[in-house]
Amino acid sequence: MVELLDVINVGLFAAALRMATPIAFASLGGIFSERAGIINIGLEGMMLTSAFTGVTVSYFTLNPWLGVLAAVLVGGLLGLFHALLTVKFIGNQIVSGTGINIFAVGFTAYMSQILWGSRGASESVQGLKVVSVPLLKDIPIIGDIIGAHTPLVYLMLIVTVLSYIVLFRTPIGLRIRAVGEHPAAADTAGINVFKIKYLCLLVSGMLAGLGGAFLSLGHLNLFAWGMTGGRGFIAMAAMIFGKWMPFGAFGASVLFGFADALQMRLQALGLLPPQIILTIPYILTVAVLAGVVRKAIPPSNYKPYVKE
Amino acid sequence: MAEEIPELNPEAKLLQELFARLKLGLRRILPQIIAILIAFLVGAIVLLATGYSPLEAYSAMIMGAFGDVFGIGQTFTQATPIIFTALAFLFAFKCGLFNIGAEGQLLVGGFAAALVGISFHGLPTFLHVPMALLAGALAGGLWGFIPAMLKAKLGAHEVITTMMLSYVAFYVTGYMVNYPYKAPGWVAQTVPIAPSAELPRILQPTQLSASIFLAVILAGLTHYTLQKTTVGYEVRATGLNPTAAESGGISVKRGMIVALIISGAMAGLGGAGEVMGVHRRFIEGFSPGYGWDGLAVALVGGLHPVGVLLAAVLFGVLRSGGMVMTRATGVPLDIVFILQALVILFVAAPMLIRYLLKRGGFKW
Amino acid sequence: MSIAIEMSGITKTFPGVVANDKIDFSVEKAEIHGLLGENGAGKTVLMSILYGLYRPDGGQIFVNGKEVEMDSPSTAIKLGIGMVHQHFMLVPSLTVAENIILGKELTKNKVLLDMNRMLNDVKDFCERYKLEVDLKAPVYTLPVGVQQRVEILKALYRGADILILDEPTSVLTPQEVEELFKAIRALKEQGKTVIFISHKLREVLAICDRITVLRRGKAMGTVKANGTDQGELAKMMVGRKVVFTFEKERVRAREVVLNVEDLKAFSDRGLPALRGVTFEVCAFEVLGIAGVEGNGQTELVEVLTGLRKPTEGKILLDNTDITEMSPGERIRLGISHVPEDRHKRGLIPDFSVMENLILGSHNKPPFTKGRIRLNFEEASNHAERLVKDFSIKTPSVDTPARHLSGGTQQRVIVAREFSRKPKLIIASQPTRGLDVGATEYVRKKLVEMRDQGCAVLLISADLDEIWTLSDRIAVIYEGEIVAIKDPKKTSEQELGLLMAGGKRG
Repeated sequence: MVELLDVINVGLFAAALRMATPIAFASLGGIFSERAGIINIGLEGMMLTSAFTGVTVSYFTLNPWLGVLAAVLVGGLLGLFHALLTVKFIGNQIVSGTGINIFAVGFTAYMSQILWGSRGASESVQGLKVVSVPLLKDIPIIGDIIGAHTPLVYLMLIVTVLSYIVLFRTPIGLRIRAVGEHPAAADTAGINVFKIKYLCLLVSGMLAGLGGAFLSLGHLNLFAWGMTGGRGFIAMAAMIFGKWMPFGAFGASVLFGFADALQMRLQALGLLPPQIILTIPYILTVAVLAGVVRKAIPPSNYKPYVKE
Repeated sequence: MAEEIPELNPEAKLLQELFARLKLGLRRILPQIIAILIAFLVGAIVLLATGYSPLEAYSAMIMGAFGDVFGIGQTFTQATPIIFTALAFLFAFKCGLFNIGAEGQLLVGGFAAALVGISFHGLPTFLHVPMALLAGALAGGLWGFIPAMLKAKLGAHEVITTMMLSYVAFYVTGYMVNYPYKAPGWVAQTVPIAPSAELPRILQPTQLSASIFLAVILAGLTHYTLQKTTVGYEVRATGLNPTAAESGGISVKRGMIVALIISGAMAGLGGAGEVMGVHRRFIEGFSPGYGWDGLAVALVGGLHPVGVLLAAVLFGVLRSGGMVMTRATGVPLDIVFILQALVILFVAAPMLIRYLLKRGGFKW
Repeated sequence: MSIAIEMSGITKTFPGVVANDKIDFSVEKAEIHGLLGENGAGKTVLMSILYGLYRPDGGQIFVNGKEVEMDSPSTAIKLGIGMVHQHFMLVPSLTVAENIILGKELTKNKVLLDMNRMLNDVKDFCERYKLEVDLKAPVYTLPVGVQQRVEILKALYRGADILILDEPTSVLTPQEVEELFKAIRALKEQGKTVIFISHKLREVLAICDRITVLRRGKAMGTVKANGTDQGELAKMMVGRKVVFTFEKERVRAREVVLNVEDLKAFSDRGLPALRGVTFEVCAFEVLGIAGVEGNGQTELVEVLTGLRKPTEGKILLDNTDITEMSPGERIRLGISHVPEDRHKRGLIPDFSVMENLILGSHNKPPFTKGRIRLNFEEASNHAERLVKDFSIKTPSVDTPARHLSGGTQQRVIVAREFSRKPKLIIASQPTRGLDVGATEYVRKKLVEMRDQGCAVLLISADLDEIWTLSDRIAVIYEGEIVAIKDPKKTSEQELGLLMAGGKRG
């Protein structure tokens, strides 16, 4: 007999925080991009490519941290590429992002086939080990939820706080917000609008890279075809739900992470057909978007900035 | 003394005009052609870097696509659903909307058609086929209606909602075909549809079906609607400048809803065509990403129905030729996806092409 | 007197137009120098080059005697040049203080913003130049006159010794203009140099020491303000005698066409924009709504045309309640609209002239065959007719509207809206950004329509325009109509007072 406690327990909340991590990373990446005035639909593809890169590097070097580093670099590179296409070459932002997504799926499957002879899944690799934070894990209940995770989860929490500080308490953050909302004003104030956009997209890609690295190295310890499963898009919904604020996006990511964790539990318990359960995160995303978007004003009109 | 220029006779004048038009048309699609060439170039680099010969791979692809009846049949069979999804993306795009959920709309359309196909027996073909097609269109239209309403009433960005619904469609149809409608056996598929719901095969012994005629007709209809009707005028106006369109009395919200419903219906029709013409049942995973191909084809086709037809054939070549290439050379089929993505990326940035041309010394 | 700025032989061309044609321009230190010319003469372009926003195609720039390469605004800023633009360069959701220090932020321990220190610094500036502002308010909540003060502070904070003011009075009431002039004179006393760009003769004569006139991209000469008058300046600006008054026929029958009762509405930002607007417009009359931009005019037009829902109030057209009707229905009932932003609302730039000319009537016969198909022949004939009647300068009716000049585009809009023989015309800033010829044309056409029995609602920030064209003048202030006056029985002074929220009448 399946009891409620089998589903809803401390483990679920810990899992929720875990599954929130990739979404939160990508969501923060989305915030940096959109605050600078560029829509980054390619978060999904950046995450996927980074996930693959992380596993590949870990496979060859037997060091998961090098894998994480590589994932971040590759993500950043893709971010710069997106910036190049949309800023310098004034390409359509959504088309460019979609191109990156399709490229990621094809490229990772292709290379997966080459390296491991299977486009479905790679071999297992060294993943990140779970760390127990000494004082934290002794707190009753809360300690069980946040006391022991792979380091990337804690990094996500730190990055969330850092993102807020950077965006709202530093000069560069002020400039980023100006560039996104009114690039002409920033330009006449002597700010290099294009440099800021490139920088933000680099950061955006790198954060997506961290999200991808978590999925492959911090969670499953392998690469599977399409393993991001739409999380890049869900991260965008989290970003909108969070009104383009780091803490808001984090909260929304936790909500989606919860749905993800719940879905996995329900599947493991075999209560409902897997396909139905699998739709939960996606339907939730649509519901959130439907309920929230009215009141959310984007930080930019995303028009490419052209100088005479 | 100036030379006497002879008067051209009418036939020559016609030819001259034809050439002028061709030149103009070529000039218009030059960026796309260059994008395709560059994409194939980069693809060649990827192949080389991973130990394959681009020459072998590409020639295997072309031979596979056109070498024999089977190849040609496969090429056009693969091109058919892509035409539908490309038109779907195109139509929404002309209204300023990004429908990237064509894949999901195709799936629900296919399933709805399958449902009608298996639920009725003894109906005459001229009733059953239109019913099934209509079901496909309605289902796809519904799948476009939901994001349409969310966008119109609540401003929810259709890129995310159509994408999410695509996943939902994938899982819901997956559920349907694994549980309630599963046919006995190992494969996740429905029972075959009644023969009265089938679309005839037109090129024996290949799978090419009459669905391709539907696709071509739809392309023509799309062009006509956009250019020659009030609906098309309003759709284009809304896509180009919604504020001016609104001032001109066009209901932008209604236009968006209509555009997404029609867009979804087109993709749904494509799914129906596949189920009724090619597979004659709904099989899980029958679409290897036709929705995504559609996006690329719409862009490569310069967002013009005629271009869509041409580009769809190109992608049909990639897919059918790709399958042969994989069998013959061992190159993973995913190189096709990579080529597709590269084409999209290069087509996305017209300035990029211009920049590269300038670098290469050409004036544009 | 030493020379602060010298521009020599400056040339700048854009596709199809020579904006600056070998212009020589020099400004002395601590003088207030006017740059005068009509819309399109090249004043803003010249100053944008000086500020590093554009690169000249030819010519040299000298600042304080040294030749410089002005490649970006940051170079100009470093050289002590500051520019206050006609369209403010302020980031709406940031505070006044944040906008001022943008680009010149101070930090504590190298990383974090030191807001306290910056607030104090800016406060000093405000006191020194007598410019009062609430530093913590987000810019979008401030009225336009205050935003301008923020722009000036921004330039001063960056160490500007030379200030370029681009059409600074276009958004101010007469009283606010006086305050601005006081501030400019105070700046001159502090040793600052001011370049005052304007097309308003009276103001330029009132505030400037010397005046340079531009006409069609060429410099026509520099004169001392106290050695010239309006007539001479006008001749330099335009090259011919300018008509300052306008012939109008007497007003006839007075049946009410438009009735607006207690209209209330919110702006996009959720702030109340209309707080109970009531007025009426009759046939054969032009009702001009005077007011400083940002007092609800835009929202009023949107509510009247059906693009914005009012929260309260009624709109009656010929006694029919149209408050709930869509824009399309209102067009059908006979409302025409010349929008204030022709690129955003007036035209579809990628559509051809013909396609633009049928916008609004595109879904009705004779332009449709049976409600679905478009009748291209009819549309084409119609377009050809309008091109002739309204003298629209276009290579063909199939030319994309994008390729036409601003004045020609406005003619397309006017042709489309007026040819429908409407009952009511709502003209919103109809001559903004147009040259003298186009301006005269639009005004003439408005009066023509009025003489044919139209009710014309004219909304304009140009008080001269309101004055010349209106049979009655209503003043809008903070979302309410505060007065309706007969132009013959009031003065610019009184109007200015009303526009600024002074006595009600």
